[in-house]
Amino acid sequence: MKVLMFGWEFPPHISGGLGTACYGLTHSLGKEDVDVLFVVPKLHGDEPTVKTSLINASAIPYKTIKLNSPDINIDSKKENKSAVNTIPSDSRKQDVKPSTIYTTNTGDIISVKEEDNFTYIEIPSGLSAYRAPDFEQHSSEVNHWNYSFGDRKNNSPIESNTESNTSSELASKASQLTTSADQTEAQETQPQEHINSDNAIEESDSVKEVTYTFSGSYGANLLLEVERYAQVAEEIARRFSFDVIHAHDWMTYPAGIAAKEVSGKPLVVHVHATEFDRTGDNVDTRVHAIEQRGMQKADRVVTVSEWTKRIAVNKYNIAEQKVCVVHNGIIPQKKQKVEFKSPLRKAPVVTFLGRVTHQKGPLYFVEAARKVLKEIPDARFIVAGSGDLLPAMIQRVAQLKMSSHFHFTGFLKGNDIQKVWKMSNLYVMPSVSEPFGIAPLEAIQAGVPVIISKQSGVAEVMPHAITVDFWNTNELAESICSVLKYKSLHKTLKKNSKKHIKGITWDNAAKKLNNLYHELIEQ
Amino acid sequence: MSLLNNSDRSRNLVFYFQVHQPRRLRTVRLFDIGTDSGLFDDQQNQQILERVAASCYLPTNQLLLKLIKKYPGIKIAFSISGVTLDQFEAFAPEVLESFKDLAETGSVEFLGETYYHSLATLIPGHEFEIQTLKHTELIEKHFGKRPTVFRNTELIYSDDVGRRAALLGFKGVFTDGVARVLSNDKSPNQVYQHPTEEGLSILLRNFILSDDIAFRFSHYSGLTADQYITWLKDIPTHERVVNVAMDYETFGEHHKKESGIFQFLENMLSGIASDSTFKMLTPTEAVDTIKPQAVLDCPHFVSWADNERDLSAWVGNDLQRDAFETLVKLDSSVKALNDAETLKQWRLLQTSDHFYYMSTKKGTDGTIHNYFSPYPSPYEAFINYMNALTDFSVKLDLRKSLLKPVKARKKKAKSLLEGLTA
Repeated sequence: MKVLMFGWEFPPHISGGLGTACYGLTHSLGKEDVDVLFVVPKLHGDEPTVKTSLINASAIPYKTIKLNSPDINIDSKKENKSAVNTIPSDSRKQDVKPSTIYTTNTGDIISVKEEDNFTYIEIPSGLSAYRAPDFEQHSSEVNHWNYSFGDRKNNSPIESNTESNTSSELASKASQLTTSADQTEAQETQPQEHINSDNAIEESDSVKEVTYTFSGSYGANLLLEVERYAQVAEEIARRFSFDVIHAHDWMTYPAGIAAKEVSGKPLVVHVHATEFDRTGDNVDTRVHAIEQRGMQKADRVVTVSEWTKRIAVNKYNIAEQKVCVVHNGIIPQKKQKVEFKSPLRKAPVVTFLGRVTHQKGPLYFVEAARKVLKEIPDARFIVAGSGDLLPAMIQRVAQLKMSSHFHFTGFLKGNDIQKVWKMSNLYVMPSVSEPFGIAPLEAIQAGVPVIISKQSGVAEVMPHAITVDFWNTNELAESICSVLKYKSLHKTLKKNSKKHIKGITWDNAAKKLNNLYHELIEQ
Repeated sequence: MSLLNNSDRSRNLVFYFQVHQPRRLRTVRLFDIGTDSGLFDDQQNQQILERVAASCYLPTNQLLLKLIKKYPGIKIAFSISGVTLDQFEAFAPEVLESFKDLAETGSVEFLGETYYHSLATLIPGHEFEIQTLKHTELIEKHFGKRPTVFRNTELIYSDDVGRRAALLGFKGVFTDGVARVLSNDKSPNQVYQHPTEEGLSILLRNFILSDDIAFRFSHYSGLTADQYITWLKDIPTHERVVNVAMDYETFGEHHKKESGIFQFLENMLSGIASDSTFKMLTPTEAVDTIKPQAVLDCPHFVSWADNERDLSAWVGNDLQRDAFETLVKLDSSVKALNDAETLKQWRLLQTSDHFYYMSTKKGTDGTIHNYFSPYPSPYEAFINYMNALTDFSVKLDLRKSLLKPVKARKKKAKSLLEGLTA
């Protein structure tokens, strides 16, 4: 069994649960004897060793018909800076130690890293689904916390720096190159590839090879990069052999569809989140259209929960029998010893950890906190994360005069997250719509009991958590008070959930997927 | 009599400059709370102080000293906060020395204010009086003279502030000549009297002529001293005194040397000094020689900040109010501890700048707030301040618990017992 898998991020360069999920899945699929060709927009060179092939899409040249335009060579070595990571992919090639090297007539080196039944293929990209500059930098730029597309007003300063004077000119050239691209779309989303129109290639009026350097982030050119990713996917589908195509989240659906059209192989689209989860009812119609088309064209739709399956069926009108639920797993962590003493001393601490966006219900957390403080006046609340609702959240907290009980940390990673768990008596995730929700499981792993909203997929696999409707802040507050006050409840939740979590594995998910793949090729 | 005649003909001018640098906070993360690191980023504070000393304080002081020696008619007043004087002493003693040189000329006056450039006016109790007297002592220590005219933080003023200043022995007080205060066609260019404190004169800043230099100097394509003097002369002679006041950092810092600001200052002061129709006064001379023209009522707070000219620059939004109230609530426990260092830190946290950085105002005022703020947004300013305040109160609690050794020991024994029986 060989699967061509399209992803968007891969550890450690992730900004959401998607990269973690892809890592967990591919790792466990290896145990099922499934060969995975994993395509990512960009390899950074420090990806973990897994039994997977990672393909760097930035290095794949694809053929395109030259239109009536001056000779254009898109130079993949001039990396754009919009990516979260600024290390040019080419300079890292040597570090990847590829076992196979392709050289194209444009002089680009393609690396394919193969280990056992796992191959990495790297595609350079400028794409990602959650705008997350906060992943690499401290949360100091309130204005740039969420993803946004080619809206010039929302361009981050980093991106606008790379805009050349003739960017609109470049955009029109690029749109001529993208054979199937919507012309206006391409113009809106300024391409950041540097095009040397002087550097002409000998062929005059024929087929030529072009490589795109993707940023692999979730920047303003996301839609353009999604489009290009699909073009590169076409070429990859021609070069490699496989049995099934598997595409993770909307950024990769066009790539999956393109690969399916070239190869005729069955396509699985894997829904880790939908536009409805991310934005409520303010959906971006362009993203929604891509999701819709992906789910329609797919032979099978995999959702990460029953909750998300209902969204696929009700909001995207996908036939119920076409949708298969594969719950996420969690990668077991060794117990980490954190040398840290809570500065908040004995005060009970309730934690919100996640992006501070509409989806995560931060304002319900604040309302619940207000009610908790009436019962437990010395309670403290940590808000770890950032997002476009953070200013509103801070303002509401101040308005209710609770600032001395709240601690805003901004975006955290690694050891700091472990410190937060160490300080916390309880984790609360009041998400409005959470396809799965890996953070509560991480809290449980760290020994922190959780309260989660009924509108979250994780509630389906974790019986040892208190669940409430996200809008019911009275019930949420009461539950928080109960866990803080009744030590026995706290202890039982902690013990049972920790035990139960051992059964929530990526191995289970991989088994289900493997069965699905076999079903599809037997059809 | 001759004095009155003389002043009848000449235009009286008062210049005062505010010198202030806050003790900026270091970045306090949640995880740093309760650790040994201090509250203030004194490396940054030193860097800023040294930079402004080189761009503004030293060259401007030198220029003023030169001009005063040449034209004895030049009179200047300064209000330097205690926080700033302490930082001069620690990081740039040569600046302090140059102010002392100016003091020795006898043509320079130093005004009273709160030591910490604080919002003490808004704190119940006697914080305002304590901090003002502490500042008075510091000024006397450095410059040999007790201040007799008061200028509250950022010109925050009300009848009550005036009354409290009068009780502390001040005979004059500055505030801004804002329209709200000047009902019935009152002019800012007069001396007024406090409604209840007969001995207290009120001097009003002419904010238009002040802002012409402070904010608009570079907007005019080369504002010349001659032009500015013409504007001063446009003021009718029956208006008794024009008070021009601004940040001292206007010279060389807000407007860089290259803008020609120093040349302007030199030409303006020497132009005024050599024109017999002008007479420059120190604030105390103005209060002593010019009779108040009318009573000035000011029941509500005014200040020189933002378009609103009220307290909204510091306590205008929920963030600022909640942070300030949290700080004020610590009053009694800080004082109960009776520890000089703790008290000093609590007062340094009262410095108005911390709250100024949390303003979420937009437009021109927002731009000015941003210019001064070391933070990328008011939210970061708020989060950092609250973390610093939490750090302060955690340590305060710790010190308090150390003060009650018997009770603490009992508690410890109890928890040990509970551990054994559990």
